[in-house]
Amino acid sequence: MSGPLTDLDRPNSYIGRAVPRADAARLLEGRGRFVDDLQLPRMLHAAFLRSPYAHARVNGFDLEAARAVPGVHTILTGKDLEGVVEPYVGVLSHLAGLQSAPQMPMAVDVARWQGEPLVMVIAESRAIAEDALGLIEADLDPLDPVTDPEAALEPGAALIHDSLGSNLAWERTVDVGDVDAAFAADGVTTVERSFTFGRHTGVTLETRAAVAAFDPSTDQLTFWYSGQAPHMMQFIFAKHLGLMEEDVRVIAHDVGGSFGIKIHTYGDEVATAAAAKLLGRPIKFVADRLESFQTDIHARDHIVKGRMGLTADGKIAALEFDDITGIGPFSMYPRTSAIEANQVLNLTGAPYEIENYRARSRVVFQNKNLMCQYRAVGHPIAMAICDCLLEDAAREIGMDVAEVRRRNLMADDSYPRQSASGMKLADLSHQQSLEKLLEIMDYNGLRADQAQARKSGVYRGIGLVSMVEVTNPSPAFYGIGGAPIASQDGATVRLDAGGGLRISSSVTEQGQGTNGILAQIAADRFGIPIDRVRVTTGDTDTVPYGGGTWASRGAGIGGEAMLQAAVALRDQVLDVAAVMLQTEPSKLDIRDGAVTDLDGSERMTLSDLARTVYYRGNELPSDMKPELVATRHYRVTDFPFVFTNGAMAAQVEVDVETGMVKVLGFWAVEDCGRVINPMLVDEQVRGGVVQGIGGALYEECLYDEEGQLLNASMADYEVPMAAEMPDIVVAHVETPTRTSELGAKGAGEAGTGGAPAALMNAVNDALSPLGGRIHQMPMTPERILKALGTV
Amino acid sequence: MKAQDFRYERPSTMDEALAILADTDQEAQPLAGGQSLMPMMNFRLAAPDVLVDLGGVPELSGICEDNGEIVIGAMTRYRDLMASEMVARDVPLLAAALPHIAHPAIRNRGTLGGSLALSDPAAESPAVLLALGGSVDLRSASGQRSVAADEFFFGLYETARQPEELITAVRLPKAAPGHRFGFYEITRRHGDYAMIGVAVAQAPDWRIAFFSVAGTPLRATDAEAVLNADASDIDAAVAALASLEIDGDRHGDPAMKRHLAGVALRRAIGGMS
Ligand SMILES: Cc1cc2nc3c(=O)[nH]c(=O)nc-3n(C[C@H](O)[C@H](O)[C@H](O)COP(=O)(O)OP(=O)(O)OC[C@H]3O[C@@H](n4cnc5c(N)ncnc54)[C@H](O)[C@@H]3O)c2cc1C
Repeated sequence: MSGPLTDLDRPNSYIGRAVPRADAARLLEGRGRFVDDLQLPRMLHAAFLRSPYAHARVNGFDLEAARAVPGVHTILTGKDLEGVVEPYVGVLSHLAGLQSAPQMPMAVDVARWQGEPLVMVIAESRAIAEDALGLIEADLDPLDPVTDPEAALEPGAALIHDSLGSNLAWERTVDVGDVDAAFAADGVTTVERSFTFGRHTGVTLETRAAVAAFDPSTDQLTFWYSGQAPHMMQFIFAKHLGLMEEDVRVIAHDVGGSFGIKIHTYGDEVATAAAAKLLGRPIKFVADRLESFQTDIHARDHIVKGRMGLTADGKIAALEFDDITGIGPFSMYPRTSAIEANQVLNLTGAPYEIENYRARSRVVFQNKNLMCQYRAVGHPIAMAICDCLLEDAAREIGMDVAEVRRRNLMADDSYPRQSASGMKLADLSHQQSLEKLLEIMDYNGLRADQAQARKSGVYRGIGLVSMVEVTNPSPAFYGIGGAPIASQDGATVRLDAGGGLRISSSVTEQGQGTNGILAQIAADRFGIPIDRVRVTTGDTDTVPYGGGTWASRGAGIGGEAMLQAAVALRDQVLDVAAVMLQTEPSKLDIRDGAVTDLDGSERMTLSDLARTVYYRGNELPSDMKPELVATRHYRVTDFPFVFTNGAMAAQVEVDVETGMVKVLGFWAVEDCGRVINPMLVDEQVRGGVVQGIGGALYEECLYDEEGQLLNASMADYEVPMAAEMPDIVVAHVETPTRTSELGAKGAGEAGTGGAPAALMNAVNDALSPLGGRIHQMPMTPERILKALGTV
Repeated sequence: MKAQDFRYERPSTMDEALAILADTDQEAQPLAGGQSLMPMMNFRLAAPDVLVDLGGVPELSGICEDNGEIVIGAMTRYRDLMASEMVARDVPLLAAALPHIAHPAIRNRGTLGGSLALSDPAAESPAVLLALGGSVDLRSASGQRSVAADEFFFGLYETARQPEELITAVRLPKAAPGHRFGFYEITRRHGDYAMIGVAVAQAPDWRIAFFSVAGTPLRATDAEAVLNADASDIDAAVAALASLEIDGDRHGDPAMKRHLAGVALRRAIGGMS
């Protein structure tokens, strides 16, 4: 072997490798520490009476029988928390005009969705608390429910909040170029479609859970929760319970999945903290599956009318749509429920050269559970609107769907540039990704198979999507609008006396492997075997200040902070080593846990160095001030978001007699910049695709007209299961982002954002010879048979 | 989602179990595999005072032949039915239905008796019993009786069984040479309760039982009559499903379900052996 070492040949080169994560074995062996595992002395348990109506006046409760149940400690109603909890309002100043009403953890005068907390029973056990719930007599007067977002905007519709004067929470329009002229131009073929995107939800393996403990002697609240953003929750509890932020400690140990569900302010969790403060005793609340379906935020719920004009040579002449989305009775605090609509306006058409673009979105209150940010916020809607119109239009003019993309995708050498909606784009690879996709899926082979199958009455379809994903957001996402949400993150790297590294970060672990990649980055850049690195995340008392997990930012932002901290510590250690070894830092390296010469020969172990610093400082020159800990923070500047891109394809077979769709294959090419751990990235993409398949084919929170959720159980709400899932082939194009040294963008949401459009296209491709088409998700057998005119 | 407090009894003889069920001062409910009852208790849809675990009563389990019938003890688990050569050979319709019932973890505990006692309208085994024209053995502290399949299913989760009665066994006629059977079920995900399903027997008369169409499994007697007259006139048999009283559910309205019933019937007949 000769020649200089490349990055991957260096000892401890972990970035870019499929390093197994330390947490996996611990979790598999049942050693996880989830919130429900926590047992504190004198701990009580909470259960909630929830509104059985979507809309009702709350007159009062007869609590006598419930209070008499042995083991019941305290019962609190919404009114009892007035003065204890400051109401919260989910608005942000950069979403101009967004309105919402003050919200309390439990309904006070009016209940506005089925499942809204009304009364909290605190007892020796959850079972006892539930016994008492059954004995509460609630005096409720049902009010007219407003469930359909279009009807909610009709004049004379019942108001969900009298104080707001309207059920419209927010409206935004974008108008670029001359849309009317473009549609009217000669030779432009226009397709117009009405899309419906059903509500669905995250279905985390671990439900939401919290233990709150309050120490009245110090005024300190400790809140263990299953969540994504400890520092955000610290602010929220401090502000709304009247505490100092430094007196609130929020801890998130192991978390069994989040997907954006666990980053919001939930009344039952706030009530748990408030009750702990009132009682001075620890209180546990663990949502059961019914409560999860009724109160974990829902997502999507859009009705979109869209049209696209295509010139005879397949160029997009114009794109226009009108979106209406139902968000439940409040805008969720503190992120708001307008971000998804905003994303839909920002992202639709972003992969393509589009000069004429007009869009409107209206965000509407209704008496259903709150809607808010869930994995791939707005993306499935945006990608489906543009790419389904594009494929339908291509079919109309008889052009192949790969070819129509070739004619419209932004060129890989055209960045930096802007999208039609004004998004700043850089470092994307749509063209390369599409060609790679066509190659790995054997596009021509699948087309031949499709033609062959049709001859025997088998209806297969192929659908594509070219997509962008918003990752690594700057303060432009939330902070700019006044939200207590950090877009920067911090990392601390500390060399301990034993020669191991103790690292901590403000991004959090939800099961996706963040702790693993943080260890990879630190070990790689510092120069130490990864099994000498220990990671702490998810504790506001001990980690640097930062935003946590959301918007596919953990690796790109938290990872870059970790890289910078590791590099800084390496320099600091080499400064100390140079003094001890009487040489220059530039003549030394750190490899495999030892200080070495540049040729790799060992000069001293890190443990020797650290022990000298910590135990025998007398051996060091007195003017030397060794620092064996480094902290760095990182935020994205110059760009509001770091976009990634991808190209995906689905192959389906539709049983045209039953309406059943079988996904035969799925392919995803993802450009997330630097791939830190290919195994974890591939699993993120696959998991995301499966959630996308869920939204496209299976998952829907079904409400009746009265606002009653009809399928709030795992038997009736269908999540995709392994047996029905296709093989998902993942490939990468790596275009590192220029915004960081690490070069990593996010990868967590692409699959969920892109898969639904690819599936809708594939199903429509399969149905097209029969003249059927469907633009409603999920694409259930009944809807497909209706599209075919069979029933 | 925690069950209300209850007492737990695990009798070791049938008589003890029946005595507890006969005591009208308390509401007692038998516990078989628990795969339906435990979730219902956690949802507080069921809240018995006493849970009578039948797992300790040996004579409730087992498969044997008796006078041209295969007799299956109520507590026989699905997995044991799937492993049974006698079931595979002599009750092929049941054997065909079993893999459609839930997943291995549930089949390890779930029982045939539990399924018939519960009588979920979307469950497979009630329709198999009905298509085969079998019967259910019931026993209480005061006596025993056998109820024919056609008289067993009353309505949604309602059967001929009285609260103090146990299902002790299920009797299914043994298949004879020349008898043919078909089974077809449509589910969105493997192991789900059916969107629609049908069990078909030609032994030698036709019996067709649909499930997941109404509150109980339903016999398609008009379609049976068509096929009894001309076994090749499948189109007419499907058309005769117009007389079935089919309810809609979250999978589709009655028209959709009737359409699927026709598809399922064609496919079941097409796969008969
Ligand atoms: C995830 C999941 C999926 C499922 N999917 C399916 C499916 O696809 N198809 C299907 O058919 N079933 C399905 N089931 C239900 C399963 O088959 C149940 O096991 C079955 O319905 C009930 O049988 P059990 O032995 O568990 O009865 P238990 O749950 O113990 O009892 C059910 C009821 O019957 C009563 N009972 C039980 N035994 C007797 C007896 N001998 N005499 C009198 N009363 C008795 C009980 O008191 C109770 O009311 C599923 C269950 C789960 C959890």
